[in-house]
Amino acid sequence: MNAPDTTRRDFLCTLAGCAAALAGACGDVTHTEFFRSHFKELTPEDLDGILKKIERECETKYGKDVDVKNTPAREGVQFAYALDISRCVGCRRCVYACVAENNQSRDPVVQWIRVLEMDKEKGIDFEHANPYYDAETVPRPGHTYLPVACQHCENPPCVKTCPVGATWKEPDGIVVIDYDWCIGCRCCMSACPYGARRFNWKEPSLPADEMNPNLHVLGNRPRPKGVVEKCTWCVHRVRDGRYPACVEVCPVGARKFGNLLDPSSEIRYVLDKKRVFVLKNELATHPRFYYFYGL
Amino acid sequence: MSVFGQFLRFVTGSVRIVTRGNALYWTWILSLLVMIAIGATAYVHQMQTGLISTSMRDQVSWAFYIGNFTFLVGVAAAAVLLVIPAYVYHWKPIKEVVILGELLAIAAIVMCALFVLVDVGHPDRLQHLMPGIGTLNLPTSLLAWDVVVLNGYLVLNFTIVTYLLFMLVRGKHPNYAIFTPLVLLSIPWAIGIHTVTAFLYNGLAARPFWNSAILAPRFIASALCSGPAVLVVLMQLLRRFTRFEIQDAAIWKVAELMAYAMFLNLFLLGAEVFKEYYSGTEHLIHMQYMFAGVGEHDAIVPFMWTAVACSFISFLLFLVPQTRKNPITLNLGCGLIWLGVYLEKGMGLVIPGMTPDTLGEIYEYQPSRTEWLVAMGIFAVGFLLFTLMVKVATPIMLGEFRVAGDEHAHAPAKPATA
Ligand code: SF4
Ligand code: SF4
Repeated sequence: MNAPDTTRRDFLCTLAGCAAALAGACGDVTHTEFFRSHFKELTPEDLDGILKKIERECETKYGKDVDVKNTPAREGVQFAYALDISRCVGCRRCVYACVAENNQSRDPVVQWIRVLEMDKEKGIDFEHANPYYDAETVPRPGHTYLPVACQHCENPPCVKTCPVGATWKEPDGIVVIDYDWCIGCRCCMSACPYGARRFNWKEPSLPADEMNPNLHVLGNRPRPKGVVEKCTWCVHRVRDGRYPACVEVCPVGARKFGNLLDPSSEIRYVLDKKRVFVLKNELATHPRFYYFYGL
Repeated sequence: MSVFGQFLRFVTGSVRIVTRGNALYWTWILSLLVMIAIGATAYVHQMQTGLISTSMRDQVSWAFYIGNFTFLVGVAAAAVLLVIPAYVYHWKPIKEVVILGELLAIAAIVMCALFVLVDVGHPDRLQHLMPGIGTLNLPTSLLAWDVVVLNGYLVLNFTIVTYLLFMLVRGKHPNYAIFTPLVLLSIPWAIGIHTVTAFLYNGLAARPFWNSAILAPRFIASALCSGPAVLVVLMQLLRRFTRFEIQDAAIWKVAELMAYAMFLNLFLLGAEVFKEYYSGTEHLIHMQYMFAGVGEHDAIVPFMWTAVACSFISFLLFLVPQTRKNPITLNLGCGLIWLGVYLEKGMGLVIPGMTPDTLGEIYEYQPSRTEWLVAMGIFAVGFLLFTLMVKVATPIMLGEFRVAGDEHAHAPAKPATA
């Protein structure tokens, strides 16, 4: 603990800070922010102001030009994802590519994708899964690898439980979080059956030279402490017609992504030709993330 | 004297009452203040470093704070439910039982609110919960419902108590046409707050340990043990230190009712244990973690067996007439009940529900120092509030504090008798 007098000073500062915040006039909590409306009700001008503010903040903090987009969902697009378990070798390249692409905290380590090593004989058995295996020695004989991230459920329990509506499903199927609206109560983490959500237990750290400046307001922009985050299927890329970073990096091509409404898409091919399944089917969350054994 | 003038005298009189007391009183108050200061310092530290100063992590993302919150919702609910036996058995000091119960409820709800406050990552954004400025996600979010019912409950109890005390202090009889419906409303509302809080866990299909239909009944049963335990101790203290008269019979009756509630609590727990162990599905692991540990992970096992032992012993103490009528075993029983339910709700509900996590990982959670200190501070706030409120309410109930006429001339004291 701190020395007594610093503690006392800190305590007074915080008290004053709270009072000021309540008055809506404290430091970086401006009056407009305090009375800001929910993301979906923002006027275009307000939204623009918010994007500009994030850009300014990032430029000061990381010293580089950043672009914060708000690319909305496109008409006629419904995203879905498929993963071939028989190809995945458990190398965790997707995990690291995701961290780099989405500006996850390096310390504490935040990773949106978790790869579980499982005993082939036991099938999909979370109870005996090991997420901390050594990725240098994969694939180990007798084991399969199951990467898990947000399943972008059709019927997302996380969205249902959020007391302030800070997380929702977009028209193209991506479940997003507004990091400026989240109060950090973690109801959504309790509700998610796939352990997909991460909380910023302390101020995330992100080295400036590793920061990805291509940002989306509901996606990979740097997050503050005290809010929840998770995979967004690289909303900043996929809405511009690119693949998520994990799909691109996978060395064995185990990851497939695309528009369900486009008959020529890879995802449609997988759904038509392979027998797919979803995790924890019995919970009726209806994931948009399918697994299959392609070989 | 105008109502406003009377109110002013009520306030100044109250201030005078709480600033006067013997050495014992001041020792108690000062130790609470010290605990509050320590808790506040720990909270400031948590605000600065983030919730990383707790032991919570992504795997166990709710823990001690939320467990305490749940326990205290039970205390708040049960304190008011004590009104029912008071009516049924025609205890004479019924107004007094109502007042003390509701004061306890108020203190408990304030502690609940504080436990939620310290648990959230962004307390500076709680206005997002406010209708109008924010977006309260009704009807789907159970936490949103909890915010509504708990605040409603606070307002309701506060209104009833203030009304009653303010009438009594002016030497008037409360208007039963106003007072009775409010008290009657507070009873289902009390059940409501604990049910909604149970549903907060119960509705999460991702967590099989909580996703059981008897969770809400279990909550109510355990609350009916812990809430009255406080009041039984309090009634004895008041009887000893003031002119307050409470018959032994009333206290023994409460203790007897607590035995039945504890039986129900243990029975429901047994039903849960049977279902898990007999069917032996993969969901059993949470209960195993709680009672036996999984592999080398057994940090909460001793707490859980202590909880079961406390509950069982207190059940026996309250069941046997000789021991519930003996002041020593009676108070021992109250202490054991409080400890048993506290461990069961504070540790045994939330932590095993989250261990192992939804992908099977076991992260062994134990509250950090910060969590203990912050929790201690919050309890101290609650006890302080409760002490001050009881300190003011007692002379009013005894007719020693009146503002209508000359308050120093002893009012025609009609001491509450049982
Ligand atoms: S996987 Fe979890 S976080 Fe993602 S949509 Fe489903 S419930 Fe929500
Ligand atoms: S942590 Fe944030 S997103 Fe999750 S339920 Fe709470 S407010 Fe909503």
